[in-house]
Amino acid sequence: MLSPRALVLRAPGTNCDHETAHAFERAGAIARRVHVKALAEKPTLLDDIQILCIPGGFSYGDDIASGRIFALELALRLGDALRGFRDRGGLVLGICNGFQVLLQTGLLLADAEGRPRAALAHNRSGRFIDRWVRLEVRGTKCPFLHGLDAAFDLPIAHGEGRFVTASQADLDAFDAAGQLVLRYAADSTGSPTNPNGAAADVAGACDATGRVFGLMPHPERFIDATHHPAWSGRFDTAAAGAGLAVFTNAVKTVS
Amino acid sequence: MLWEVDVCLRDADADHAARALVAGAAELAIAGCTRARSTAGWLIEGEISRPEAERLAARLLADPVTESVTVAEVGDAALLAGPAGLPTALHVLPRTGVTDPAGQSACEAMRLLGVEPVAVRSVRKYWLPSLPPADVERLAWKLLASEAIHDVVVGPLALATLGGGRPWTFTQETVRLEGLDDAALAKVSRSRSLALSPRELAAVRDHFRGLGRDPWEIELETIAQTWSEHCCHKTLGSPIDHVGPAGPVRFDNLLKETVFAATRTIRERLGPHDWCVSVFRDNSGVVRFDGDHDICVKVETHNHPSAIEPYGGAATGLGGVIRDVLGTGLGAKPIANLDVFCVGPADTAPDDLPPGVIHPRRLLAGVVAGVRDYGNRMGIPTIAGAVAFDPGYLCNPLVFCGTVGIMPRHSAAGAAVRAGDLVVVAGGRTGRDGIHGATFSSEELSSASESQSGGAVQIGHAIHEKMLSDFVLEAARQGLFHAITDCGAGGLSSAVGEMGATLGATVDLEKVPLKYEGLSATEVWISEAQERMVLAVAPADWERLAEVAADEGVEATAIGTFTGTGKLLLRWHGRTAGDLECHFLHEGRPKARLESRFVPPAIEPQVWSERLGAGATLDAALVAVLSLPDVASKEWIIRQYDHEVQGASVIKPLVGPGSGPADATVIRGVLGRDRGIALGVGLRHRLGTRDPYQMAAGGIVEAIANVVATGADPDRIALLDNFCWGDTRRPESLATLVEACRACHDMALEFMAPFVSGKDSLNNVFAWTDATGTHRELSIPPTLLATALGQIDDVRRAVTSDFKRAGDRLAIVGLSCGDLAGSQLELLGLVRGGRGPAVDPAACRAAFHAVSEAARAGILSACHDCSDGGLLAAVAEMAIAGGLGARVDLDATPSEIAVPTAARPFATAFTETPGRFICAVPAAVAERFAGVMQGVPWAWLGSVTPEAALEITAAGAAVQVPLDRLARAWRTAAGAERSRG
Repeated sequence: MLSPRALVLRAPGTNCDHETAHAFERAGAIARRVHVKALAEKPTLLDDIQILCIPGGFSYGDDIASGRIFALELALRLGDALRGFRDRGGLVLGICNGFQVLLQTGLLLADAEGRPRAALAHNRSGRFIDRWVRLEVRGTKCPFLHGLDAAFDLPIAHGEGRFVTASQADLDAFDAAGQLVLRYAADSTGSPTNPNGAAADVAGACDATGRVFGLMPHPERFIDATHHPAWSGRFDTAAAGAGLAVFTNAVKTVS
Repeated sequence: MLWEVDVCLRDADADHAARALVAGAAELAIAGCTRARSTAGWLIEGEISRPEAERLAARLLADPVTESVTVAEVGDAALLAGPAGLPTALHVLPRTGVTDPAGQSACEAMRLLGVEPVAVRSVRKYWLPSLPPADVERLAWKLLASEAIHDVVVGPLALATLGGGRPWTFTQETVRLEGLDDAALAKVSRSRSLALSPRELAAVRDHFRGLGRDPWEIELETIAQTWSEHCCHKTLGSPIDHVGPAGPVRFDNLLKETVFAATRTIRERLGPHDWCVSVFRDNSGVVRFDGDHDICVKVETHNHPSAIEPYGGAATGLGGVIRDVLGTGLGAKPIANLDVFCVGPADTAPDDLPPGVIHPRRLLAGVVAGVRDYGNRMGIPTIAGAVAFDPGYLCNPLVFCGTVGIMPRHSAAGAAVRAGDLVVVAGGRTGRDGIHGATFSSEELSSASESQSGGAVQIGHAIHEKMLSDFVLEAARQGLFHAITDCGAGGLSSAVGEMGATLGATVDLEKVPLKYEGLSATEVWISEAQERMVLAVAPADWERLAEVAADEGVEATAIGTFTGTGKLLLRWHGRTAGDLECHFLHEGRPKARLESRFVPPAIEPQVWSERLGAGATLDAALVAVLSLPDVASKEWIIRQYDHEVQGASVIKPLVGPGSGPADATVIRGVLGRDRGIALGVGLRHRLGTRDPYQMAAGGIVEAIANVVATGADPDRIALLDNFCWGDTRRPESLATLVEACRACHDMALEFMAPFVSGKDSLNNVFAWTDATGTHRELSIPPTLLATALGQIDDVRRAVTSDFKRAGDRLAIVGLSCGDLAGSQLELLGLVRGGRGPAVDPAACRAAFHAVSEAARAGILSACHDCSDGGLLAAVAEMAIAGGLGARVDLDATPSEIAVPTAARPFATAFTETPGRFICAVPAAVAERFAGVMQGVPWAWLGSVTPEAALEITAAGAAVQVPLDRLARAWRTAAGAERSRG
């Protein structure tokens, strides 16, 4: 059958679009990088694709807040088109800056009126941080995470990744609904790896359908064994990295 | 109307700015500042109604989940009602004319919401307890604001407008040189800060006499830029009469006859196998990579701007070198950055700082933040670097920024401007940024001092450069331009000047897009506004190029034509503003013959401390060495840089389960392919004043050893030189520069490693009058930063420094000598005097090839070069990285060490003889390893152990050091981390 099509949406300041498209291609999709300006002019581009990805970066500089301007632009110019795409069964993936964008568009963890009920605040350390973390999957709601049963490693690289909700009630509700699907776990030495002070160790979350998924870690940065900081002399260099599963799962789901 | 929108975090615990402020106040011993809050404010000018302003606040400026917001007109009391107990409002805002990226982004975003502001400026607001005004001042200038770029307002903001500026009316200023003697010419140069010698100005005077007139201001400025030390290697390119250790040598062009000459010889020797593509010609050095790609590399310095404003200086330094790579050939894609900082000691007492000097800790925090915010936003991984601490850098810190790029083959050769091509400027708009001593002319733009700084300091706008980069690479893919270069020092004057050096060009300066009105033709021409590039575009391609620019949201403007007349004609609305002959501009500079006399520094005999006999132990010394600033972990810096973006990372700066230091970092050149690029640096500044030749040679060997240790091919290593010197006007100090150049020449030939690019920054001297009224000067030590760009056939064979398995055997490759000058051991005070370690080229060459062969054969489980801290520090780092211990017998080390018996273990353990490696070898392949090492001085040193400790045997006796004790010592680099980021 035809390979699924993935659209990697970029804005000024997006900077993970090439390797994210590469990861989708590696997973068997046909990936295309599209500028948000082009999509706004031609929203029907969404009709020909099955997977939409908002990759990492510093959209519009993140000068006001991470993802703020990109999210506003999407909400104002493409809100209906995106909701339509989701309701048609399309998959939406937001990585790092993309996760920050999804929360602020109201497509993810929002109330009935589409008002955001969760946000990604500045790291507890107050600093941008690039390091590897141990992760574990909760529940089976999110198709992007199927089969990732054992804890696995991915890198994070962000200054604003601390998951917070508008209230404890929101946190409990999202948790009860099984939407807080990806958590920072304890590493091999048993010490916690939550790198930013995220509530309930949340590293990633999905919407009620499971088809809209955002995460702070970068799966596209661990598709080869050699991406891991301790691969040399320890890993089979022919093996794929754990992150590739996120993309292959997406491809399987829409195939 | 001028609105202010204040955005405040609901959760006080998350207010990092406030927490940093309170911590800083404590360090400054300012009592009573135990609480504070911060607010992100926005000043919005325009015909905007309250509902509109409130909509902007709610939809754009504040987060509904985490933040609260106040909207009012500037001056409204509501804006001064701070949190309970914090009555003092302190505002920090960018000065008029200083780039404000956040303000610009916000302004652009407001248009999405259908609001058209005249201007938007970001302002940081701090709420403080009531404190003595003097303390508030100190807090502001020591912690929150930089005098170069900020205004500080305590209490209400009295601001009616954000300022605009009014158009400049054309005037033609003639600068009289005719009839002036040398003294008068020197005065002209000083008063206009042209940095031209009387001899050079006389040449200008005589040239224009031939034309029957004096030069106009814009012409003189163009000549000054083109003839500046920065734009042409004035000193390094000079004829020099040198008297060196080996007798007198006469150079007609120092650089050409040393560094360039070595590269030429190597290329001749390689003949058909020459893998250099374009060296010392383009904006960066280009070498062959794989069948369809070349790679390029450039390292720049941005020392003086960083000394004045660390954050902006480092950010724009990085932005500049990134554009150098973008502007190489027909455009290269930046794929990696490196940064190296040389600063004063972090523990310098604030009272010891000369006037106007920023404390090393604040400076380091500032330059790190600048590289972080610019590099991370650009999406280019910052993968390599180093930090050196030395009193010599207190007043003149060094900031090196480098970028590696990749480009399709033949792109480098393909670039050539053609007569008739349009001169196109693309990217950011032009303001007074970076104009030396520029003064704003229109009263709307506030006071002179402000404008001075607004001009002197450049602030980067990374996202504008990212957009520019996306545009350039797409235009390159479509083949829409003939040549490209970046607007760096000298702005348009040097960019257009260089591109049109032979053809000449006509430029209509009024067409250049401006940030604000009021710039004169000269200011437009020489402005160093950031994020701009100049392209040569065929008229037939112009329309398509403009479309590509529009698609990426980049402004591209045709401002003239490359003519073929050999003249540089500058116009303002059709009137002639300047008219220069390219030949005179580029060939007319008179060259002075310089005197250089090498005075060998007196070598004191090597003296060992009495502590040796009195209880000094190897384990204590090792722990102390690991916590010395040069050796200790730089994790607090590395983790702030995104070193994995672009997805090509193979060997990261921190490796293994224990996050130990890598020698070099390795990335894939092309995603999905296995050929790799290794990047390493070498710095031996501690030998600079004692032996400039060995300082340079040792640095080069260290850079090469770093990439070889990861498995790079020693026959495919390209080198870069960055010379940073003090005063080179005195013959004896110029001689140290000549000796370093000779070392570069010799080492390049010894290792068949060609230099492909370089840069120099001279006269890094600081003069001041101290408290006692005496005149003082501080010069940096002669410093060569060597950068090695290596290549690895298959990254899956790359080797890291972390121990992998208990039971692996340990070997040391290379001969250890007893010269310890400039070593970390000397810093500990255990030894002083004597010589610095000398490079043995033949031994190094043999070691490089043997280690590389072992790596390629896959028989190394770990490899690490011995540099700062020597053998024991290297083994300790490998153990920390791998979380495994080791047994080491120092007596087995092959060495030529003549020291007192009590000193021998220390000399062996800590000597920094260049070109040595520690290798971990699986026992099963020990025989093969021994075979590969035939003809190289090497020995088995011990083995990797499962115990979390180092067991060191020396002179028969053994000591044990627990791994966690070593790791703790090594990680006290955190000392620097406490500096405010």
